Amino acid sequence: MEALVLQNVSKALENQQILHNISFKVELGEIVALLGPSGCGKSTTLAVIAGLLDADQGEIFWKGQSLRGIPPHQRNFGLMFQDLALFPHLNVFENIAFGLRMRKLSSAQIQQRVQEMLVLVNLQGFERRDVANLSGGEMQRVALARALAPQPQLLMLDEPLASLDRTLRDRLALELRHILRQMNQTAIYVTHDQEEAFTVADRIILMKEGKIEQTGTPHEIYQKPVSPFVAQFLGMKNLVEAEILYENGQSWLSLPWGKISHPSQKAGKGLALIRPTGAVVDGKEGLQLKGKLVQKVFRGDHCLLEVQCGAELLSFSIPCSMSIPPENETLTLTIRPESILFFAR
Amino acid sequence: MRNLLLARKWGSAFVWALPVLFLALFYFYPLGSIVVFALQRLAQDGGESLRDLNWAYLGRVFGFTVYQATLSTILTVIAGLPAAYLFARYEFRGKALLRSLSTIPFVLPTLVVAASFNALFGPRGWANLAALNLLGFREAPFTLTNSLTAILIAHVFYNLTIVLRLVGDVWSRLDPRLAQAARCLGATPWQAFWKVTLPLLLPAIFSAALLVFIFDFTSFGVILILGGPRYATLEVEIYYQMIALFNLPAAVLLSLIQLGCTLGLTVIYHRLSEIVTRPLPLASQKRVLARLSRPSQKIFAFLIIAFLFVFQILPLLALVGRSFVYAGWERGERGLSIPTLSFTAYQEIFINRRASLFYIPPIRAIGISVAYGLITVFLGLLLGLAAAWFLSRQHDSPALERLRRSLEPLILLPLGTSSVTLGLGFLLAFGKAPFDLRSSPLLIPLAHTLVAFPFIVRSLLPALRSIRPRYHQAAAVLGANQWEIARRVDLPIIGRAVLVAGVFAFGISMGEFGATALLTRPEYPTLPIAIYRFLGQPGELNYGQSMALSVLLMSITAAGMILIERFRSGEVGEF
Amino acid sequence: MINKQLSLILKWSVILLLISSIATACATPTAAPAPTSTESPLLTVMTHDSFAATESVIAAFEEEHQVKVQFLKAGDVGSALNKAILAKGNPLADVFYGVDNTFLSRALTENLFEPYPSPLLTEIPATFQLDSQNRALPVDYGDVCLNYDLAYFAEKGIQPPKNLGDLTKPEYKSLLVVQNPALSSPGLAFLLATIGVYGSEGYLDYWKNLVENDVKVVNDWESAYYSEFTVHGGSRPIVVSYSSSPPAEVIFAETPIDQPPTGVVTEGRSCFRQIEFVGILKGTKNRTLAEKWIDFMLSKPFQEDMPLQMFVFPVNSNAQLPEEFTRYVVIPTETAQVDPQAIEQNREAWIQAWSETVLR
Repeated sequence: MEALVLQNVSKALENQQILHNISFKVELGEIVALLGPSGCGKSTTLAVIAGLLDADQGEIFWKGQSLRGIPPHQRNFGLMFQDLALFPHLNVFENIAFGLRMRKLSSAQIQQRVQEMLVLVNLQGFERRDVANLSGGEMQRVALARALAPQPQLLMLDEPLASLDRTLRDRLALELRHILRQMNQTAIYVTHDQEEAFTVADRIILMKEGKIEQTGTPHEIYQKPVSPFVAQFLGMKNLVEAEILYENGQSWLSLPWGKISHPSQKAGKGLALIRPTGAVVDGKEGLQLKGKLVQKVFRGDHCLLEVQCGAELLSFSIPCSMSIPPENETLTLTIRPESILFFAR
Repeated sequence: MRNLLLARKWGSAFVWALPVLFLALFYFYPLGSIVVFALQRLAQDGGESLRDLNWAYLGRVFGFTVYQATLSTILTVIAGLPAAYLFARYEFRGKALLRSLSTIPFVLPTLVVAASFNALFGPRGWANLAALNLLGFREAPFTLTNSLTAILIAHVFYNLTIVLRLVGDVWSRLDPRLAQAARCLGATPWQAFWKVTLPLLLPAIFSAALLVFIFDFTSFGVILILGGPRYATLEVEIYYQMIALFNLPAAVLLSLIQLGCTLGLTVIYHRLSEIVTRPLPLASQKRVLARLSRPSQKIFAFLIIAFLFVFQILPLLALVGRSFVYAGWERGERGLSIPTLSFTAYQEIFINRRASLFYIPPIRAIGISVAYGLITVFLGLLLGLAAAWFLSRQHDSPALERLRRSLEPLILLPLGTSSVTLGLGFLLAFGKAPFDLRSSPLLIPLAHTLVAFPFIVRSLLPALRSIRPRYHQAAAVLGANQWEIARRVDLPIIGRAVLVAGVFAFGISMGEFGATALLTRPEYPTLPIAIYRFLGQPGELNYGQSMALSVLLMSITAAGMILIERFRSGEVGEF
Repeated sequence: MINKQLSLILKWSVILLLISSIATACATPTAAPAPTSTESPLLTVMTHDSFAATESVIAAFEEEHQVKVQFLKAGDVGSALNKAILAKGNPLADVFYGVDNTFLSRALTENLFEPYPSPLLTEIPATFQLDSQNRALPVDYGDVCLNYDLAYFAEKGIQPPKNLGDLTKPEYKSLLVVQNPALSSPGLAFLLATIGVYGSEGYLDYWKNLVENDVKVVNDWESAYYSEFTVHGGSRPIVVSYSSSPPAEVIFAETPIDQPPTGVVTEGRSCFRQIEFVGILKGTKNRTLAEKWIDFMLSKPFQEDMPLQMFVFPVNSNAQLPEEFTRYVVIPTETAQVDPQAIEQNREAWIQAWSETVLR
């Protein structure tokens, strides 16, 4: 069932167009990640959904009802801010209880609900603590508990883990997904980190300069990035100049190192993406690539190779079990045709 | 290494010794002199000076002083908060100008303020003239003078800018996401204000309210001129005992009572503020400032601006009008005839018509006023920064920590001290060796600095306190010494508060009359002195010239403020 | 970025500070002769804010006696006098001018002055010489009288009041504004006038009647004259001011006029005469020069300069009054009399009783 629908939402701030005709849907119980580089309009989208900003154009619906004119406090949406915005004058208990008090719950109910939340985020016994004296991870959990306590219909999380270190982030992201799933919480998760998005989200909406670039499950997006931007943003590095040619009634993809048959509609120049995992050493089928091995990094289950092929420096990730020559020696790689994506210009 | 440690120790000693020395020499020494003198007189007359005091009457005076100050303070805070909100959260055209203009009342001498109110609401003020002539009233509808209402309005008029600036400054740095978070958690805008914004602003509000209260508590000119003879504050009574009756022991006793109240209040304030102050989440100005887009926002802004216009700016405009438009009304009880526009007063101030020895060329008075103002800003900021910096941090040495705790309430004392008592104290203390300063023109800017000093420290402290200790630790770890931390971390963060403090110091000096009148020398007249000199004589032209000079004072102060605002606006977004 | 801003501000304020201090130094008229130059000794005259004189008149004195005269203005009369008393023994000045008969007794009790029987005293009527030991010598006098708005009374067709008693009559209801005697010098003078006329027993009854006739009380002369008086836009056509206010109205008229807009009640002892005195401060190191200065103040050139500078009358019988004064001023033949010693002794009690009656 469709919970949230955005229809052609546009917003300008200080004479600068931030959002251009954004449209997307969020299903009930779905966790959607808004992914994109900073400044692409993710946070503004959240502010518009929360009602903190009014859209200049377009419409937002919740379960079919337009949200126009409904102030933030009547939407029953939760928003967890990037810098958490914990109330410095209230302790942990009162921070979590804030939304419950606004809903005029009895003190027994508040007591119970806050306790549940503390258990949920694993912060039992922290009730009386001053929020200023918490560690980064603890603050994160308090903010999450505060946002979840009033049981919002929709929870929005704005870069909730941005300020944490990598390991903590990875662990909390998993924990977050677990908690959200457990509560069957409809959520929008804003991040600029594709790994976080992949970990947490059911579906990803990739944004660029105020527009939606691509929508899909993590798998779909990873498998079929629609543009070099998406590919690059997802951390894929091997982008090279390429061209589609028609020769002998067949279409070919021409790369700096030769050409390979490629099913395509139109001739023209563009960029080719070579998946890092798409190569084998001394393989038979596919494009043969000869280059100098610049660097070899051992990564446990696989090895990371940097290969200088002509003017391009390409990186590949292949099983270490393959016979990899030592650094600075020449090596021949075979690229499987399905590992090459072409983006027309 | 040892040298370095020693230098550091002396460096920080300099920070606390400077304000301590200043207070000791220019506050406690003169105050002590007058107390000792009063005790000597008391001993001479065998206690007679205090025997006949009418304590029941003085009790009533004290009661009224507290009453009107409390009422004025509450009104000022209530009136100031919405305006502070508007300035802190929204960007709109003319904001800097409006902010500058609303600071002018604070610096105007009382007689000029009284003249402004009279020009607007007086028996023949613009408001009444308009009501009589345009609206067809038979009697003047506004009778403001000689009433408690007049006192309250004048106090709000004077001190609104304190709330506007001190609270507005903190508000503008308060992360708006806190209130937004509350909104998303189901709080109405009103609840978000009460539960989140207000508690976080409390230290700033307390700080502003304390200053406003002390100003109102020691109010003299407003009570005298706008309140009329039926209302007397302690300060008025001190003046009466001191000047009219020359009952020094009584005057000094009342001064000490007044001082005790200030001290007591300050101590209570510190207990309170220790509970409510905490490092605030800061946000950059750019993120904070919004445009007025929704109709409700526009209506709110319009109401606030209209309020500021009517209560802060219209009286000033009325004064400007009064300096150009002559009593064109016919004498007697008839209404207004056509007012005549005239620049005579402005021409006259430049002419020494009577070849008087005491003629004050306006340019000279302006020069001296501005020079005194700048010296006050310089001295005040130097001392104020040192004191505020010392007060804002924890110290390792228990002795320093004790000094910090006892110094803080003392800072405000000069504001709560009767200016006539302190003025005579100055005279006693600096009229003879070892500090014979009586012929020094520096005495007046020093007195101004003394008045401005508490203000500067108060403006700086909340900002300095809101700096998280972690910034200091971070800077220290990165190899910065105390001076570098102050220069590279603290100063940039409190930049705006420094500007606010500078504005107030300049304004206080430009408008100060009480101490100046007691200490002044004819060769160094300030603008307020010149204004009073003209007001003291009968004749339309004398009145006109005093109005013209008031307009000059106002314009120069406004120019100074706008100049400082320019520096301020340049920094927006780079915080 | 903000660091740059701040250092810019700092730089500018230092520059401005330098410029302004240089400007102040240059603007100082007496900056040129350094205090060390012993050519012309310094005579310091302490006085109140209202003191004024023509430059050339003072310059003539300085020229004649090779002296530089410095004036110390120390607030209103009361403040100035108190400052002088506080500095007793180590006087701030050589001469004190401006103590009037309401404060005379305080100055004499405090033993502020050294006696000096100036030869010019012979030219001054004995009625002005209130101190028999000549510690305080009379210089000028002024009469605090009721002023009224001529146009108002002409328009209403009623007679202006003739004496204090008239003010309690119904036709003068709500017309009078006076000053608070506790804080204002003319206010005190007017209270003393009522005491002079009705006695210390009867004056309170008179004030009760005034209150019933809706007298308005304000704290200072400025408010009374410039805010309440009809001539300057107020609503009260009778005000307590000076008998010399009408010529000031002519001289300081915005557009030239040949008749003052105000009249003065001079009959029926309704005025109180304030006499101002000068004295040599005890402990002066310039006794000879101080005597010269006092002689100068009592002499014709200075006496004739006073009226148009301070709007007071010379005590020297030989001094000529300027034309504006002879034309527009009536000197009351008889004024209310109260002994200076009685004033100092009873001031507080009188004012307190007055406050309780009038202000309640």
